[in-house]
Amino acid sequence: MAEPAITVPGSPAVEAEVPKKQIGPVFRVARGPVKWADERIGVAGLLRPFFRKVFPDHWSFLLGEIALYSFIVLLLSGVFLTIWFKPSMAEIEYEGTYQLLRGLPMSEAYASTLSLSFDIRGGLLLRQMHHWAAALFVAAMLAHSLRIFFTGAFRKPRELNWVIGVGLLALGIFEGFFGYSLPDDLLSGTGLRFLDGAVRATPVIGTWAEFFVFGGEFPGDLIVARLYMLHILLIPALILGLVAAHLALVVYHKHTQYPGAGRTEDSVVGYPVFPVYAAKAGGFFFIVFGVVTLMGALMQINPVWVFGPYNPAQVTAGSQPDWYMGFAEGAIRIMPGPGWEWHIGSTTWSWNVFLPLALPMALLFGGMAIYPFIEAWVTGDKSEHHLLDRPRNNPTRTGLGVAAMTWFGMLWLGGGNDVIASQFDVSLNAVTYFLRVAVFVAPVLAFLLAKRICIGLQRADHDRLLHGAESGVIERDPSGRYSERHRPITVGEQFALTQHAEQDALVPVAGDGDGEYSDRQLRVEQLRRRATRFYFADTLRKPTRAELEEAAAHHHHRASHELGAGQGNGHGDGDGHAEIAGTESEHLAP
Amino acid sequence: MSEDTGASPIHASSDHHGHELTEADEARYPVPDPGHPEHLPRLADVDPKAADRATRQVAFFFGMVPLLAIGFAVVYFAVPGDWFFDFGPLRANARNLGLGLTFGFSLLFIGIGAVQWARMLMSDEEMVDLRHGATSKPEDQKWMLTELDKVVDESKLTRRKVIGRSLLGALAFVFVPMLVGLADLGPWPTKKKRAATIEKTLWAEGVRLVNDVTFEPIKPEDVEIGQLINGEPANLKDLEGTEFITQKAKAAIVVVRMDPNTIKIPASRSDWHVGGILCYSKICTHVGCPISLWEQQTHHLLCPCHQSTFDLGNSGVVVFGPAARSLPQLPITIDGEGYLVARSDFTVPVGPSFFERDSRHDFEEGDN
Repeated sequence: MAEPAITVPGSPAVEAEVPKKQIGPVFRVARGPVKWADERIGVAGLLRPFFRKVFPDHWSFLLGEIALYSFIVLLLSGVFLTIWFKPSMAEIEYEGTYQLLRGLPMSEAYASTLSLSFDIRGGLLLRQMHHWAAALFVAAMLAHSLRIFFTGAFRKPRELNWVIGVGLLALGIFEGFFGYSLPDDLLSGTGLRFLDGAVRATPVIGTWAEFFVFGGEFPGDLIVARLYMLHILLIPALILGLVAAHLALVVYHKHTQYPGAGRTEDSVVGYPVFPVYAAKAGGFFFIVFGVVTLMGALMQINPVWVFGPYNPAQVTAGSQPDWYMGFAEGAIRIMPGPGWEWHIGSTTWSWNVFLPLALPMALLFGGMAIYPFIEAWVTGDKSEHHLLDRPRNNPTRTGLGVAAMTWFGMLWLGGGNDVIASQFDVSLNAVTYFLRVAVFVAPVLAFLLAKRICIGLQRADHDRLLHGAESGVIERDPSGRYSERHRPITVGEQFALTQHAEQDALVPVAGDGDGEYSDRQLRVEQLRRRATRFYFADTLRKPTRAELEEAAAHHHHRASHELGAGQGNGHGDGDGHAEIAGTESEHLAP
Repeated sequence: MSEDTGASPIHASSDHHGHELTEADEARYPVPDPGHPEHLPRLADVDPKAADRATRQVAFFFGMVPLLAIGFAVVYFAVPGDWFFDFGPLRANARNLGLGLTFGFSLLFIGIGAVQWARMLMSDEEMVDLRHGATSKPEDQKWMLTELDKVVDESKLTRRKVIGRSLLGALAFVFVPMLVGLADLGPWPTKKKRAATIEKTLWAEGVRLVNDVTFEPIKPEDVEIGQLINGEPANLKDLEGTEFITQKAKAAIVVVRMDPNTIKIPASRSDWHVGGILCYSKICTHVGCPISLWEQQTHHLLCPCHQSTFDLGNSGVVVFGPAARSLPQLPITIDGEGYLVARSDFTVPVGPSFFERDSRHDFEEGDN
């Protein structure tokens, strides 16, 4: 199998390839080390595919970068914290500098967190940076995944990378939860108490799982050390591995790009890695790092000394998990209890705890992971996609995404139902009852609304294409009517607004499909076709070339006659863009 | 990965290809691709003064970094940990603020300088890379299949099948030690183990109810109507460390006094209270938070974690929230010296549900 490395006779040495004249001072210094490295690891050949690789430019592509950079900040600040943090639940008496807790019994974990906060110079800064970076890490991953979803970047060939991303999101959430459970203060201990109850509620194996996780009864003296191992070794290693795979696939597939003039499915337009992205992305890393540091300096987060050491007989009102656990917390809170626990013989089935935890997690991560495959099945589309969708051009997908966000948001609000009740002075029970309904109803409304907004935006595109852009110039014709003059848009914009492929809503297979399908296949095909109608029946068709040419001719006509026929053209009155052609002919018949 | 390395400048012929394609396919592309827009120079490309200004900006940002870094060192060594800045209602530790601002701005300035450099001064001519489909080339696919065939053949796997099968078995079973090795992660919750741990608390006949902070025993006359006392068993004080905290997590109680005429006391529990003083587990039956928000007038006790609400005037039944089971009540009486004591342990396991829990004896609305 091992083929000999291909050798080109007389292949020139590295420095010989560079024309002598172009060697500036940088290269004169670098020549020695580069030659040294090249003779050992073939630097030039190694870098050749990447050195000038092109990446497209868009602000929304920075979201994933924020996630990556905040993960690096987490690794760096985390290393500093491990130097001082003691993952031990052994009880000691606190003798540190924080007066209010002196003399109290507490775990070494909590005492060392206090020491990091008050005695180690820079410790508080690094603790707060670590916590902020974690909140930012998950937030950026979620925002990044929404960008990917709404632009359809998960389509072939990137489905696997999307699934890897879902894995990263799930790991990130648990990594964060285990991290903030370590200091063993009253708040984190309350979180662990919740973990205990949740693990225990698992049908059939719950008690065993609880005893295996905690090393016996809650809280025991092992859980902090075990979570510490997961938090600083196992999960970061998994995240690192998946990040590496994620980025390698981005390089292999080349980055997607937004549609526009000169951008095609088989090219990528942008700037090269060196020097532009080295400076932009490298600079952006420092910006993220810097902003996280400033957050650590200026914004307090998780002041564990205020909460006090963990005491299983106490809890603070308004206890909240970090934001990314809010949706699970919310599901647990708004679940009605009575009736959802089965007592069968001498066993107890605690669905009131298990379901609201397991279902939303499964629905969120499972739903995300499986979505690209569902959509690909519906469309039957087997081609590769490198040009991104504008979210409005797939109203149903966008609607589904907004529905999922709304569902997540309702659960998330549930996680703070007590805070909402106290801050807005409303009944806690009313907030909870409302959310019990809203978690099912709001996503449906959001879907319909978002889909309609998308179609509205498609109509706005239609308007721009056929009538041009609003110029802000209001004209009054001799009969006293007002209208706004429209300016034609550039060909580049016209192309960007019309280049998307349109999917057809399919009619059901007639009769039994003339023996083309077996019974089973026919049922599946009918289902698929129904799904295409769900997806694409309401999507606005883009104007044809003939319509555009006619509109352009008309525009030209109007421009040359200045005030033309004096028809107020009613842009923006929102009626019947389906009758666009009709409106136009009114203009044409003065 | 043998890829084309050359990103071509924008005017490469690939463009025209795209253009022709979109010109021809009228239905798919109502507007033909006009090709890459003309590159417009930036101000700094045409005005040397603007370029100089941008250069100065970049150099300023980079130049500030050493100063800030030295500032960080100064703050680190010179500012004591107990200096504070007061900004009206806000208060900040001077050292944390100083370290964070100097370090944060030094990082931020490197970033801003680099981005400004790229945006204003580096070449901004867009380039084009051609894409190759994700699929391997047909000759690579063919090569792979032939080689796979050879590999299978050379390994003799097809002719000596028992090797493959036994290897699969071996690989499956090599996980057994790894799994078995985890069997001691915790004690096994057998029936006996459960009875000694999660189904049992420190409470027993004659154990005094004590205040959970002072460990003072409680006399009925100390408890006013409407009052709630957080309590623990007196024998908790003898324990230390992990044992202390583990027992405390189960044995915590609330002692409340209500007017016996305004509450429902079932016949089966008529001798569980002392003159309207009732004692309940403080550990929520939902996921185990200590419940502590007491509504004196309604006799409701609300858990601040997930808002399960229990009616202490009605044997602890759930009136709201995600809990499904009544709060266990501790039968109490008074001892010879007039202090409140338990009559036994809780009659059912306290805390959140678990699979093997026999929940047939918990109080339900309507029981007597």
